[in-house]
Amino acid sequence: MATTTAKHPVPQPARGRPFFHTYRFQISIITLLVVLYAVFIVRAPGTYLSFGIYRSFMISIPFFGLMAMAATFIITLGEIDLSFPSIAGFSGWVFASSYISTDSFILALILCLGTGAVLGLINGLLVTKIGIPSIVATIGTMFLWRGLVNVVSQGHGIPISKITADPLHSLFVGEVFGKIPAQFLWFVGGSIVMGIIYKRHRFGSHVLFMGDNAASARMMGIHVDRVKILCFVIMGVSAALSVVFILNQLTFFWASTGDGYLLTTLAAVFIGGTSVFGGKGTMIGTFVGVLIIASLEPGIIAIGLTGFWTQFIYGLLITLSVAIYALMLRRQD
Amino acid sequence: MNSTAPLLQMKGIQKSFGHVRVLRDIDLEINYGEIVALIGDNGAGKSTLIKIITGVYTPTAGDIYFKGERITPRDVRASRALGIECVYQERALAEQQELWRNVFAGHERTTFLGFLDLKAQREETERLMRSRMGLTSEAITVDSEVGGLSGGERQGVAIARALYFDADLIILDEPTMGLSITETERVLTFTRSIRDQGKSAIFIDHNIFHVYDVADRFIILDRGRIAERFQRSEVTREKLVETMVALHDAGVVS
Repeated sequence: MATTTAKHPVPQPARGRPFFHTYRFQISIITLLVVLYAVFIVRAPGTYLSFGIYRSFMISIPFFGLMAMAATFIITLGEIDLSFPSIAGFSGWVFASSYISTDSFILALILCLGTGAVLGLINGLLVTKIGIPSIVATIGTMFLWRGLVNVVSQGHGIPISKITADPLHSLFVGEVFGKIPAQFLWFVGGSIVMGIIYKRHRFGSHVLFMGDNAASARMMGIHVDRVKILCFVIMGVSAALSVVFILNQLTFFWASTGDGYLLTTLAAVFIGGTSVFGGKGTMIGTFVGVLIIASLEPGIIAIGLTGFWTQFIYGLLITLSVAIYALMLRRQD
Repeated sequence: MNSTAPLLQMKGIQKSFGHVRVLRDIDLEINYGEIVALIGDNGAGKSTLIKIITGVYTPTAGDIYFKGERITPRDVRASRALGIECVYQERALAEQQELWRNVFAGHERTTFLGFLDLKAQREETERLMRSRMGLTSEAITVDSEVGGLSGGERQGVAIARALYFDADLIILDEPTMGLSITETERVLTFTRSIRDQGKSAIFIDHNIFHVYDVADRFIILDRGRIAERFQRSEVTREKLVETMVALHDAGVVS
């Protein structure tokens, strides 16, 4: 990237500082993260200067972090998926019940990820081939898969505590170097891969182009339906992988597993600067957005406010950040 | 391939939508290295004809030959593969994306497993920018978002992109609409560059003065038929305007 710029040094007074302009979204959100942590550390140094709280973040962040990264593709397309918590729920039921009945971690894992892929594929087909707007289609499937979990489980949970004895268990939620939860490394690795695909791979380029100008993308010969379907499949597989972390950590499946991640996940994407209009976003933004969303609740408690403040401060941050991004985009025009 | 055949030849093209006959008995040829202006009132059938050439519509009757071979364009992608490219003013580019991403959209250069060859794409874009697009302003780089370019600059990018990817026939659908005088001049220069490279263009515009400046031949459509054909050498600008006005008046009376 730097090579061409170096070869053609461009004086830039006319269009402002290029580095800040190019990375303005990333810079804004990283600043927000730094400010938040500064507040937390100053107000609650005992909590925020010890490793314990970061370890608990590393345990819980992957539960929704990968889904936020995957949702960034869908939102960049100008689409939305509201059904991924239910996909996580149903894939989780598949994982837990097949593990209990076969004692095979690997089979349970394959069936779980396969379920996520198929449910994502169904969303993709409903949106592209049937032509249902994604917000409507995924409201339907959100109820459908959660309802199916309730029917097949009859509302009962599935204890899977014996899974802790399985050698593959530690691959997903064990501790690396004695301290780092394995799922956090999965999350970081998955985020790097998705980040590279987003900006440096043909697929990501097509997603950005389609989100920006769908008619033009079609004219340029981009297989728009295929790209869109694949985005929903990636979302489904990510939801299924996330629930594998959740179930291995908690060793219990509830019929409500996955619920409660919808709005935090989408909030992380929007705080991260991905435009709801499509065509614009950053994976670094989503990554930092995930860190912010995950730190807020414990941070609010640690600095001495009651839990009643949590939603208010969530709302404040989300509203402020999307307002700032909207202003940034407008000033550019 | 027959080298003496025209680039594009349409014979007896008809198009109906239900009971409405939009095009009747269209015979049309486009030769190599010429710019043909397609003019006519609203509703004359220009856009239907263009959509048949680009593969959006299938003609109800008639044959199309491209480079001497009979073709049945099924869709836009198939037409593009043959070398027919349409440049629409509004729909050509993605505004929030970098120049290099726009140039290579759908034609990405990749290294392995589909990862972008960023260096090659940026260098080629840089080269195209300086040589073909006439984007010499220091403020515009290959990383600039297209949204920051003027209307004329965007047309230049779209035309340069089409030529770069070996389009033989470029269809320009009202490329000067809403542009200032200098911007229009820029687009007309780009249009001439198509001919200079031995490629051909169909130029559609309401403004006869723009059309007259750039085209080698004029085809006037009127209510689904070809009403007149002129070589540039055999017609003045005033005569062209008179013909259009006469056709318009006849249409109003009938």
